[in-house]
Amino acid sequence: MAEVATDLTVREVAKAAETVLGRPVQVTPATDIARDLAVDSLALMNIVMELEDRFDLSIPLDRLATVQTVGDLSDLINTLRVKA
Amino acid sequence: MGLLDKHLGYRAPLDAIRAVGADPSNVRFDAILSPTEGVLNGKPVILLGTNNYLGLTFDPASIEASAAAVREWGTGTTGSRFANGTFTGHAALEAALAKFYGRKHAMVFTTGYQANLGSISGLVGRGDHLILDADSHASIYDAAKLSGAEVIRFRHNDPEDLYKRLRRLGDAPGERLIVVEGIYSMIGDVAPLKEFVDVKREMGGYLLVDEAHSMGVLGEKGRGLAEAAGVEDGVDFIVGTFSKSLGSVGGFLVSDEENFDLLRIVSRPYMFTASLPPAVIASTLSALTRLEEDASLRTRLSANADRLYEGLRDMGYSVGPHASPITAVEMPDQATAVGMWNALLQNGVYLNLAIPPATPENKSLLRSSVSAAHTPEQIDAVLNVFETLGQAFGLLPARRRARA
Repeated sequence: MAEVATDLTVREVAKAAETVLGRPVQVTPATDIARDLAVDSLALMNIVMELEDRFDLSIPLDRLATVQTVGDLSDLINTLRVKA
Repeated sequence: MGLLDKHLGYRAPLDAIRAVGADPSNVRFDAILSPTEGVLNGKPVILLGTNNYLGLTFDPASIEASAAAVREWGTGTTGSRFANGTFTGHAALEAALAKFYGRKHAMVFTTGYQANLGSISGLVGRGDHLILDADSHASIYDAAKLSGAEVIRFRHNDPEDLYKRLRRLGDAPGERLIVVEGIYSMIGDVAPLKEFVDVKREMGGYLLVDEAHSMGVLGEKGRGLAEAAGVEDGVDFIVGTFSKSLGSVGGFLVSDEENFDLLRIVSRPYMFTASLPPAVIASTLSALTRLEEDASLRTRLSANADRLYEGLRDMGYSVGPHASPITAVEMPDQATAVGMWNALLQNGVYLNLAIPPATPENKSLLRSSVSAAHTPEQIDAVLNVFETLGQAFGLLPARRRARA
């Protein structure tokens, strides 16, 4: 059940990244956001803003400090959704 | 392996820009002749990128006040405001700023950067919510980190988006501080402040406006966007700088907030740094007086801004949404921007090369800022250079110039 939720969230992360970056991306939970997707800190903040809208959720930027992979971001979103 | 290897990703782009010609990150003026003229590599240039909006860097009364202060008070305070670094001038400048804005309190910081850092990190902390315009200045983002507050960004200049993000916070505990800028430094666009104030009133929270680029520029009295938009009573905190319209260096915060004096002992960027030298305080106070008394400065600035903006727009350049003392010309790509910037310099025009990641939407911009001190002839000279180079670079259609 948790895996299904993670898969869906990862897919939404990919869609948000594509919207912001304007190019198709291939992601798995292990994808390193900065290294593999060539996403800088500004683009990451824009992806987060996009994800906030997709999930109707607040994702405070200070929570991104521990986010390195798409899986980390997806876990953060799922954690925040449970709390919301 | 060196300590700075982690930054090597910047090496190739920086070297590529340097290879084209002058280094935009290391421009060195041989002389500054006036607020609008300098000498670079032995050649005179028109200064069109110095944020010197009112042209007061050579204001005679301010220079005299500064010189008198350095003789009377010495070259520096050698201490923090908290300790030995408050002289009568610091207190007088704070009183003058509070009076100018019609607020109870003002505090002066050593730089504009520290004004945002020290104000925002003193106003909110862990457990509070800081709601920032996405295109906020680096000093606001750095303040956010220092504050420890939960940071949410909203889409640039979009009150609906701000509303949506405040709504999402619901009744989560903690204060809410919304931060916007009067005029945005890269494109020169103005915030829809009345709408932001309406959202704040409906959803609750505090509003801080950074008027760094709009003080002395907007409003009948020059108090900035809050005055121009008629919503000063809806703005809780105003941050500003001395390094633009007032021609020196430093920054400030004004407010009516209760217990304001406690900021002086909790704001680390205020406390743990030396205060401004007396000479800077004296010229700033003098320039503020001039700003208040001489409305013709704003009239001339506005006319110059219109002249440059309309000239560039009518030639066919892509410029911002409306005239403003900051006009950014959008270039098709970074290579063209770097080439144009060098060519402008060689043709006697200095302005700012603004490239990602410092720019919104990864744009490459030629950023200009006009001054009240520019003559119409100088603006026209700049426009002529832009027209010639625009055609040479294929940015404008080649056309036969109309003869008078």
